[in-house]
This record gives sequence, C-alpha cells and structure tokens, in this order.
Amino acid sequence: MLKIDCPFCGPRDEAEFRCGGESHIQRPGPHNDVSDAQWADYLYMRQNPQGWHFERWLHAAGCRQWFNLARHTVTHEVRAIYAMTAPKPQVEAAEGRA
Amino acid sequence: MRFSALALARNALTGHQRWQPQWRDAQPQADYDVVIVGGGGHGLATAYYLAKNHGVKRVAVLEKGWIGGGNTGRNTTIVRSNYYLPESAAFYDFSVKLYEKLSQELNYNIMFSQRGIITLAHSRHDEETLRRSFNAMRLNGVDCEWLEPDELFNRMPRYNRDSRYPIHAGLNQPRAGSARHDAVAWGYARGADALGVDIIQNCEVTGFLGGDGVVTGVRTSRGEIRAGKVCLSVAGHTSKVAAQAGLRLPITSYALQAFVSEPVKPVFDTVVLSPATGVYLSQTDKGELVIGGALDLYPSYAQRGNFHTLEGVVAGMLEMFPAFSRLRLMRQWAGIVDVVRDSSPIFGPCPVENLYLNCGFGTGGFKAIPAGGWTMAHTLATGEVHPLIKPFGLERFTTGRLVDEAAAAGIAH
Repeated sequence: MLKIDCPFCGPRDEAEFRCGGESHIQRPGPHNDVSDAQWADYLYMRQNPQGWHFERWLHAAGCRQWFNLARHTVTHEVRAIYAMTAPKPQVEAAEGRA
Repeated sequence: MRFSALALARNALTGHQRWQPQWRDAQPQADYDVVIVGGGGHGLATAYYLAKNHGVKRVAVLEKGWIGGGNTGRNTTIVRSNYYLPESAAFYDFSVKLYEKLSQELNYNIMFSQRGIITLAHSRHDEETLRRSFNAMRLNGVDCEWLEPDELFNRMPRYNRDSRYPIHAGLNQPRAGSARHDAVAWGYARGADALGVDIIQNCEVTGFLGGDGVVTGVRTSRGEIRAGKVCLSVAGHTSKVAAQAGLRLPITSYALQAFVSEPVKPVFDTVVLSPATGVYLSQTDKGELVIGGALDLYPSYAQRGNFHTLEGVVAGMLEMFPAFSRLRLMRQWAGIVDVVRDSSPIFGPCPVENLYLNCGFGTGGFKAIPAGGWTMAHTLATGEVHPLIKPFGLERFTTGRLVDEAAAAGIAH
C-alpha cells in the first residue's frame, strides 16, 4: 500500500489515486509524416521496466489533478513526485537502471 | 513408468519407496533446435507438442526458478471458452477440447472438472449484454445455456437473494470448469521429458546471442546455449526478457491476486463470476474456496499484491455469499500478468529473427495452455503460423487489426 504525497493535497492513501501508466510519451508528428510503426509505438508499446518507472497519476478522488511519480515496480518505493511538464528526475546514482 | 492402478498397488506393497522422479534433472547442452524460455504451462506444453506432434527432439525448456512456479502455479485454475469474438472462441474452445482429453493424453490426472461457469447479469442492461454474449457463443459454436434467477438460486443455494446487486439472469458454459494447475505443468513436463526434452530449472536467461535483429541463442546463468529458434513464454516478464533482444512490446505488467479460504464441506459446485462485484469463485476438491478478482491498481513486478484489492474482493464475495463471512482466508498471493491493450494474447514471430513470442495472456493464460503449446509447437516446427493464432500476431498493433476481447472478459481488468 502506498501513501502518495499529492503535490496539491498532501499525503493520501493510494486508493484515492489512479495510475495513468507510463509518462513522458511524446505524440509523434506532424501527422502526415507519421508511419504506422511510429503510431503503433506511440499508442501501444511501453517500457514496462522491472525497476524505476516514470508514470502519470491522477488524484481521482481528490483534487483531480495529474502529476508524475518515479516509482520502483518491485519495491513500490516512490522516489520523486513532480509536475506533468517537468523532465524525468534522477532517481538513482550514476548507473540509472531506469 | 506409466501411472496405473497396478503401479499404485505395486508401489504400495513396497512402501512407496520406489517411485522414480517424474523427469530428469537435465544439464544444459551447448546447442538445441528450439530453446523455450519459461517453464510454465505454456513453455512445457510447447516442448511436449514439439516432440510429440512434430518430432523435434533437441528441445530445451529453461526455467529461472522451478517449473510451474510462476503464473501456472498462481492462477485460479479456471478453464473456459465463453469468448465473444470468433477468433478467440476458436482458439480457447480448441484449448477446452484438449483439456478434456489431457489426463488420458499425458497419463496424468489433471483433475479436469467440467462444472460449468456462470456469468451473472445484475441489471436489465447487464442482461442485454449477456444475451449478446449468449448469441455470440452460439454463433461461435460454443454451447451455453441461459439461466433464469430461480434456476440460478437452485444451482447456488447459498447465493444472497437480497443482494444489492440483484440477479437478473446467468449464462452458463457447461463444459467449462477447473483443472489442477500443478498437475498440468507436471504432466506436460513428464511427457516432454519422456520424449527427450531437456527441462532445465534454476537457469535464468540473462541475454541473447546474435545481434542485428537476429537471435542465435541465449545467455544464461548456466552458460551460453545456441538455438535455432527461441520461444519466450514468460508471461509477466516478457517485456523484460524481450528488451534484452532490443524488442519493445505493447505489454504492461500488473499483479493479479488470488485467495484461498480454509477447506469446508462441499457448498458450491460450479464457478460463478459476477461483473458487478468484480469477483469470481469456485470450490476445490479439497474444499477450499478459490477467489479471484480485479487487477491491482498500478504496474508491478512484486508478486505479493495489494491490500485494497484484497479488501474489495472479499467485500464482493461476501455480498454474493454472506455465509462465507465465517471463513478465514488461508492464503493470498499474486502473479505478474502481461496485460495487453486488446486483452488478447500475442503469438508467433516478431521483428527479431528466430525469436518467437507466446505472451500477452494477461489474466487468463491457464485455460490456454494446451492450445498455446499446440499452436506454438506447430509454428516453431513448421515455420508457418498455426491458423488458430494467425489473428494474434504482434503486427496487429501496427495494422490496427486488434482482437478487442476486453468487452467479453468477465472481470473488468
């Protein structure tokens, strides 16, 4: 069970949130130049790492705001909470297994 | 050694001291025709049918832990083919038919019990959707029956008649049921081993040989093994293993939990699934209730599961069967499932040459074990994708021809 520190509301139980999956996915474009393979990659292909995962969360039963989390998919440790538009933070020293 | 009443009697007379191991503890060879990564049901079945149906002898199954210790040993053992789309119905019904003969085929009692599976409708709208499934199943050639509330309460005397989700109707697939999951893995392992397949446990694949879009073998914790073809059947860990070959997949891994109560006398002789409570359950021959529900809330590789999901599943079950509130849960666990956007499996070749996929079953791989093995063996041995799994290729995510079974899945995952 996670206690997630919503950047807008403070720490709340995970049941209030909804995970929106991998973050930092850029929509390819301009539209006419996008191949089927690129579009498939954008729509469906995911990193799905066993380790640090950068993902979008929604405080669904709270402020209804989206934000990003850096969470480990084995330990579930949350190491960074950051704004939707912010770049991926460094969560591990040097080797960066993400 | 074949199992029989005579063998049992003979071993009883010798104090059961002379039973032999059911498969060899094989050591990895330098090179194989086919290496299967993952010693779960699908991997073992693939190896078995490769040897049995196609005479491919130099086959190895590599398992990082022990066989059947992943999702094959963690599921709720339901076998069914009540699918909506013709592609899925054809594939899963073939699997049910193989299950029907599997004990005989393997000389191994997999305890397949065709006790039916009842999907409930809790509102008029549910009823219309269920009626649509009923018609689809009939059109797909999968027999099923429509049950009215009276018949349902007769069939499930303990079901809550005053539930906040009243029963409007039920759809039963009489040929569905449950099988003993360990026996399925062990039976296939024993059968494959007898046909010369090397089952190598405690052997983790850490990378691939080859490069430039070609795989020529695997790097393992017990040395390098060359292979003509490599087949991945590692369920929730497919993304991780495939990434070592530079492959990106449309998979997200989640934990899916299951629960077992203490054993009680027979109280429930079918499988019931309620979309409203998000819970399904059955009773094992030993008397335990086996309970399953929805996925955990976020992507995970932790095989332990989340308390909120447990709470939700137990609450749902008690809404359906208030009498079970006196039961204690004995065990709770989670398996890592490979969820795909269209809730259909991914089968066959991939952009990396000599690498084949059998993954994406998400929450329902157990029922597909015999058919998955059969069709993958055909695909690996002949180089031609088996017709039953042609619609399930990885290329469907590029062409857009998805097999969107999500609407027909019992529990909203």
